[in-house]
Amino acid sequence: MTKKYEIIVVGGGHAGCEAAYAAAKKGHRTLLVTTNVKNIADMPCNPSIGGTAKGIVVREIDALGGIMGKVTDKSHFQIKMLNSTKGLAVRSLRAQADKVVYPKEMLKALKKCSKLDILEGTVTKLLVKDKTILGVVIDENKKITGNAVILTTGTYLRSKILVGDKKTTSGPHGEKTSSLLSNNLKELGFEILRLKTGTPQRIAESSIDFSQMQEEYGDNTYYTFSYDNPPFYKINDQKKCYLIYTNAKTHEIIKQNLDKSSMYGGYVEGVGPRYCPSIEDKIVKFADKERHQLFLEPESAYYDEWYLQGFSTSMPHEIQEKMVHSLKGLEKAKIVKYAYAIEYDAINPLQVNYSLETKIINNLYTAGQINGTSGYEEAAAQGLMAGINASLKLEKKEPFILKRSDAYIGVLIDDLVTKGTKEPYRLLTSRAEFRLLLRHDNADLRLREKGYEIGLIDKKRYKKFLSKKDLINKTIAILKNNQLKLTKKVITIFAENNIKLPKGSIKYSELLKRPEISINFLKQFVDITDSKEILEEVEISIKYSGYIEKTYKEIAKMIKLEEKKIPANINYDKVRNLALEARQKLKLIKPISIGQASRISGVNPSDIAILAVYLKKEYSQNE
Amino acid sequence: MDDTICAISSALGIGAISIIRVSGPKAITIVNKIFKGKDLTKVPDHSVNYGHILSTKKIIDEVLVIIMKKPKTYTTEDTVEINCHGGIAVTQKILEILLENGCRLADPGEFTKRAFLNGRIDLLEAEAVQDLLMSETENARKLYINQIEGKVSKKVKLVRKKILKLLANIEVNLDYPEYEDAIEITGKYMQEKLKEIRQDLQNLINNTENGRIIKSGISVALVGKPNVGKSSILNCLLDEEKAIVTNIAGTTRDLVEGSFLLNGIKINLIDTAGIRATKNKIEQLGVKKTEQLLEKMDLIILVLDNNNKLTTEDKKLLKKLKNKKKIIFVNKNDLRKNVNLKEIDEEVIYGNTKKENGLDALLTKIEEMFNLEKINTQDPTYLSNTRQKSLVKEAYKCIDNCLGSIKFEYTIDFLASDIKKAWDLLGEIVGETYNDELLDELFSNFCLGK
Repeated sequence: MTKKYEIIVVGGGHAGCEAAYAAAKKGHRTLLVTTNVKNIADMPCNPSIGGTAKGIVVREIDALGGIMGKVTDKSHFQIKMLNSTKGLAVRSLRAQADKVVYPKEMLKALKKCSKLDILEGTVTKLLVKDKTILGVVIDENKKITGNAVILTTGTYLRSKILVGDKKTTSGPHGEKTSSLLSNNLKELGFEILRLKTGTPQRIAESSIDFSQMQEEYGDNTYYTFSYDNPPFYKINDQKKCYLIYTNAKTHEIIKQNLDKSSMYGGYVEGVGPRYCPSIEDKIVKFADKERHQLFLEPESAYYDEWYLQGFSTSMPHEIQEKMVHSLKGLEKAKIVKYAYAIEYDAINPLQVNYSLETKIINNLYTAGQINGTSGYEEAAAQGLMAGINASLKLEKKEPFILKRSDAYIGVLIDDLVTKGTKEPYRLLTSRAEFRLLLRHDNADLRLREKGYEIGLIDKKRYKKFLSKKDLINKTIAILKNNQLKLTKKVITIFAENNIKLPKGSIKYSELLKRPEISINFLKQFVDITDSKEILEEVEISIKYSGYIEKTYKEIAKMIKLEEKKIPANINYDKVRNLALEARQKLKLIKPISIGQASRISGVNPSDIAILAVYLKKEYSQNE
Repeated sequence: MDDTICAISSALGIGAISIIRVSGPKAITIVNKIFKGKDLTKVPDHSVNYGHILSTKKIIDEVLVIIMKKPKTYTTEDTVEINCHGGIAVTQKILEILLENGCRLADPGEFTKRAFLNGRIDLLEAEAVQDLLMSETENARKLYINQIEGKVSKKVKLVRKKILKLLANIEVNLDYPEYEDAIEITGKYMQEKLKEIRQDLQNLINNTENGRIIKSGISVALVGKPNVGKSSILNCLLDEEKAIVTNIAGTTRDLVEGSFLLNGIKINLIDTAGIRATKNKIEQLGVKKTEQLLEKMDLIILVLDNNNKLTTEDKKLLKKLKNKKKIIFVNKNDLRKNVNLKEIDEEVIYGNTKKENGLDALLTKIEEMFNLEKINTQDPTYLSNTRQKSLVKEAYKCIDNCLGSIKFEYTIDFLASDIKKAWDLLGEIVGETYNDELLDELFSNFCLGK
């Protein structure tokens, strides 16, 4: 029987949008089901895209042919390069996205996909036969068949909103929540996690006294997330954000009312993220701190609400009023939306494969918060990968898996399916052991080829990429094969710039390794390209070649372990001497390689040694 | 480790009592089968039980049987120790009976291997146990006991903790660039911390050198022309006629070895074939071997004869030994003083091996040079094998490299990679490589959030 759709995406958030876009772009009849079409690509929390590590993920999504970067470029009113002084490997873009424009641009992009239908409705059940997905049931009565289903339910699974001692069954914005689907997943054998997150107050612009606050500007340089479009904004039109601080009075109010917050009053079952604590959490855990930073960020040019970053709380409304009014410049603030905590169901990501297909139901994929992550960018990255892999499976091709050394996306998925998570998972640069290679600047060099092979990068863009790569290599060759001769002119220029003259003729590449010499300085002596993009790449690969080579060596070590495959049919009960915990974890996670097994917490180096010896003994004839 | 192993764990034939150790899932039931007395499967944990070992209903020996149930045993498996009377024949017989009843004879070190594989001890401790079995002097034994108690692990862990703290500080700067809560990491701040860490690693390496001395002793070569009295010095020190002493030049062809204790440290003396140009084939061989050996020595004692002026050979040798740790011993001081000290330009010790004088000065000098008194009184927590030592040295290199990179104005993302590598290397020593530690530290020490 032919199914109505090849791929059905459940949910229209950041994961759902990427998944649907990728599936449709790859030519598959795709359906996106969402409870409310108005909420497609909604940003229920902070009004920004990117940030440390996350900004690099957006670049990676773009390099592979995803959509988030392009939509962000069209919808932000401020952009910044974070960490620009702290090093090339940790630089990241962050944009303040307009909460009205972003969803609008996203919907526009989705509607351009001829193979994609969008349907309003709530998925209440999955159609499953013989451990294989057949489709979904919408609003308890309408069956829609599909070959593959991607679940991107966000915070909408059995969600409850918490304010003080009040617990309301509801999604963000008072939306319908879907507890039927959550129950269905449980029946199908999924282990359900209960997670919690929160969002701060929104303040009416007219009630804020900005004169008392420190201004925060966008950068003076043009940036884009996407490799394929020019900047759409003007540097001088960027909107400002503001920095303020909590004070003794704020802390006093919070301390006195701790028992009234949902968290400390004991009304929350979900586990919240450590990196995203509520303000009461910060006051309790860091009692000796006299003040905490808060940022005021505009949400949109089309309405006048400001997001009070850093002030997330689950206090009752009347206490929130007192807390907000204790802040400098917000004495008369009008709270338009109160802060709240939200609890929701997720599945244990250890029940998901590297391809993001679940281990329990064939052709069922999960992406985003349902896998235990937090953040728009983490969600989008998984959505893209699930969309690609569901498509590849229908095309009877091998799944597309990124290694930890390929991309932050690889780190994210490997962490999820290997370590699982107990709190909403957020990417950090410190999670990536090879971050010197996983940079903002080289996302295309790392991934565009792969995007082309998958079919999400068209020929024209691919050709453009190839010529860029070619020019980089040529420029490096010029610098490596030519010498700077100490002519009179050269000697004068060095003296004028107060730079120590080399002892004799020297290769440009060697000279560039000196800290005081930049490629722009060298450019006056040697004929190379003017392209800023190319020069930056060339400079990095020559200047930091020592560290980069060391990283490649480490990667080679890792890959060696990844290549030691563990057969899918291994019986861990037969591996003698494994520690009990290690045995349990290995059985649950079913690592595909010794490398993956070594990253499972609770599996110790001695267990790995035992496992490696066992594999060698049992399977050596197959090697 | 499904099978049950056994071995005689006391020295065979020495002492009044022998101990046979049995470990594994069937340890208690197997011993119970051959034991006449209480039902061992029902006695309390860690109890001593009196009875007899039987073989085909005949009493073999009167024994005490200690029952230790898992997991609180050395191997973390059920363990039984049989204390029997110490004759070789009886002990062997009991071992045989155990083997007949389903035990397997343990491989050398297998109890320790099980303790390691079962997570009872870490790699470092396991290595130490192996070393302990081979240790010769009392100091060496102390060293290993310390390692078994995890003192070395603790020291390495302490350095790792310092590194982790620095890393966490760096990471929080990188991942939360806009938060003022974290200490801003500057090159100066890092330099300070890194120098401290580098010093810690240096100390570990130095101590390790001492550890090697405690374990293997100091190797000392006696060199000099034939017949200057090298063998006599050796004999005096060893107090036994171990080396051959003759008046015919060139008879000490083999590298005669003997050892004595100085302040509890083993001194291994090596007498050498005299280094000199020779046409004799056998002697040539000995001379070549000597030169190779000199490279590996901790100390070289160059013996000169006061009767003769320095020859070109002597001068050559002096030149060769320029950068080695050495003592110059001028022998036969009762005779004419023909050795011109200006040609040596170094402190010498005078002595006369025939009258046994000058030897005390020689020993004192050795003690001074190797700080033996201090080694002896120091807390002996040293790394004791090559694997550990090379890991610490590599970690040292990483930190050193990082300090160099700071001078070259590298940004902290690059610097962090060196520091992380050092942390990983030290983790290998103690068998710990949990990456999550880093994040836990990061989140427990800093206040971050949206």
